[in-house]
Amino acid sequence: MRWGVIVFPGSCDDQDVFDTLKRDMGQKVKFLWHKDDLAGHFDCLVLPGGFSYGDYLRCGAVARFSPIMRGVLEFAGQGGLVLGICNGFQILCESGLLPGALVRNAGLQFVCQQVVLRVEETDTPFTCEAKKGQLLKLPVKHGEGCYYADPATLERLRKNHQILFRYVDAKGRASPSANPNGSLDNIAGVCNEGRNVFGLMPHPEDACNKLLGSEDGRKIFSSITAACAQREHRHA
Amino acid sequence: MRVKIFVSLKGGVLDPQGKAIEGSLHTLGYAEVQDVRMGKYLEFNVEASSREAAESRIREMCEKLLANPVIEDYRFEIEG
Repeated sequence: MRWGVIVFPGSCDDQDVFDTLKRDMGQKVKFLWHKDDLAGHFDCLVLPGGFSYGDYLRCGAVARFSPIMRGVLEFAGQGGLVLGICNGFQILCESGLLPGALVRNAGLQFVCQQVVLRVEETDTPFTCEAKKGQLLKLPVKHGEGCYYADPATLERLRKNHQILFRYVDAKGRASPSANPNGSLDNIAGVCNEGRNVFGLMPHPEDACNKLLGSEDGRKIFSSITAACAQREHRHA
Repeated sequence: MRVKIFVSLKGGVLDPQGKAIEGSLHTLGYAEVQDVRMGKYLEFNVEASSREAAESRIREMCEKLLANPVIEDYRFEIEG
């Protein structure tokens, strides 16, 4: 399968995603510059973490109007897989591909730590290799990762099973103390109704190698490769 | 025409900055201060054939870029 990693001015985890996919996951991956039109065949596009456009105005607010985003919207509309990590999640929310918004951490501090996530749903291309209730250890590093959605949207997210990950403690409980940023309902990641666009604040690309203290991020990338293999099989 | 835009967080959205500022004002002895909300302020010039035309363009700008309707409200004033 082919992965595309979109590079915005101010992206800083683009290289991490690229290296992880290539070296740790053995995938074919290409960088895509935000000013170019989306051209070529891709199975999954990744919007990486960082501080696109310096986080000016609001995180992701300016990047969503980058030329490549027209292609990303079209790609997502046709069912293509889109993964937004951290700033990428913020851009996907700003662009309307994902519901809700990410605001300043409740504690005001930038958080940089290992967190525990509970897998809430497994019927998506991003979590199909995981088990429901499984705990994953991934790092977070952000200042504006507090997930917010109005009550009606939150209700819809729950009803449609769009909340894929929650922040939990070591025993798997979604407690306030396990929530690093004050996110509503301990939400760490959500997908769209079509289940082909997914955003999360934690960084799976920084948890795919023993040297980094966790290999749990592999679950997300291997889910995507498995889902794409299945799609190809169906189309063959 | 000179445009002044005020962007503020919606009621239900947490505002930890506002809370921190409120705490600081209380520390300084301004105990009467309550419910501080932190917002954004923008100013710019626009050219338009009429006030109404300017208003409709500015509303568009606010909804597309300057405010995020999921979390923010906006209002604006036009001078000149």
